Amino acid sequence: MQVLIDNFGQILDGFAKTLWLLLFSGTIAAVLGTILVAMRVSPVAILRFAGTSYINVFRNTPLLLILLIIAFAAPDLGFTYEINNYFNFFFMAATVGLGLYAAAFVCEALRSGINSIPLGQAEAARSIGMTFAQSMRSVILPQAARAVIPPLASTYIALAKNTSVALAIGVTEASFIMKKLNAENAVARWQIFFGFAFGYMVIVAFIASAGALAERSGAKTR
Amino acid sequence: MADAPSDSSEAPGTTPLVALSGVNKWFGDLHVLQDINLDIARGEVVVVIGPSGSGKSTLCRAINRLEPINEGEIKLDGTLLPQEGKALAQLRAEVGMVFQAFNLFAHKTVLDNVTLGPIKVRGRNASEAREEAKKLLDRVGVGEQANKYPAQLSGGQQQRVAIARALAMHPKVMLFDEPTSSLDPEMIKEVLDVMVELANDGMTMVVVTHEMGFARTAANRVLFVADGKIVEEATPEEFFTNPTSDRAKDFLGKILQH
Repeated sequence: MQVLIDNFGQILDGFAKTLWLLLFSGTIAAVLGTILVAMRVSPVAILRFAGTSYINVFRNTPLLLILLIIAFAAPDLGFTYEINNYFNFFFMAATVGLGLYAAAFVCEALRSGINSIPLGQAEAARSIGMTFAQSMRSVILPQAARAVIPPLASTYIALAKNTSVALAIGVTEASFIMKKLNAENAVARWQIFFGFAFGYMVIVAFIASAGALAERSGAKTR
Repeated sequence: MADAPSDSSEAPGTTPLVALSGVNKWFGDLHVLQDINLDIARGEVVVVIGPSGSGKSTLCRAINRLEPINEGEIKLDGTLLPQEGKALAQLRAEVGMVFQAFNLFAHKTVLDNVTLGPIKVRGRNASEAREEAKKLLDRVGVGEQANKYPAQLSGGQQQRVAIARALAMHPKVMLFDEPTSSLDPEMIKEVLDVMVELANDGMTMVVVTHEMGFARTAANRVLFVADGKIVEEATPEEFFTNPTSDRAKDFLGKILQH
């Protein structure tokens, strides 16, 4: 216990960085995932193909590999963008990698919601002259939203924990700090493990309750 | 208007409202629509009957391209049905459709179901659209239900809302794809009454149905469809009293036994 108390500042810093990773990559995943799902259900064959190909590449590649490829290939291609010392190049690489990876799962979660809506709803929307975009916006997505919450919450919970993979490219998030503390305090390892596990559980609990809340607030429609 | 046999409806200078020529469609190996040629005049009520799997629903759905066809052309008021996109959506707005499963928007109230199209597609002012929607709902006898959700209504009420939703777009033609097939007997009547009234008001209608009573009272023409072909085409009297094809005789024999 003493180890955790002595290094509390460092641990908080680590989790702060974890949360930044989650926020940035989660936003990328939400935006890109929505674009991808629109492509996958669109009436245009080439867009469907592009969307499906994206999913096949990013869902089928280990996250660690994606982060390593971005961290090591991007500089070779001339991308070395960083905001400042805190949001340095490796942080940016991890954010982009996590975002690209999670977008594939967000897309599929959204698609499962869209597929849960009976085909007749889309046909009725088309029959009164709505375009694809209009029927999505006014008819399909509002109804899909509720069905989407549980799988979407799971996706974001997975993303929160997957931020730990960023330690492999040297991002000083929580797991990086955990590894460091473990190296320095070999006698208190299990306390350190449980301490950090608890930290992740708190983050996940917040996402899960946000999901539950969203589900309940939507319960009255229908 | 009392009777409009298929050939006299094409008076010189008037284009048919709906014109199908050489229409073919396949579902895999199944040739569901075979060389369909069909002209429907303004104000005409055409009832399509036939055994299940005959292609009658597909024929109905092809008219607003919910089912794309493989060959031939379909014209609506002289305009060829566009393939995709905005132009197709605009043309669909001119064609009302009523489905077997009602397909009301489950997350919207009855009133919002009816106003959605006029507001989003036609760009009508919301309060105007609501006023008209209320009148339409009164006309089909569900004005009281305006603020309920579809799931709170009986099947017959839902189907009448669906008719009002289609009418709100001021369609040139209304398609009915087995509108009473998923209704209890007592609800069938309330829906058919609305449809007969529409027919009497001069709406052009294509109705796929098993309701022979409706065909007799409201139809100008009966199409008997079997195996993807229009096998027989006649006025209701001719068709029911004196069918010419064996296929139609057989079909009528089966359904009129009960």
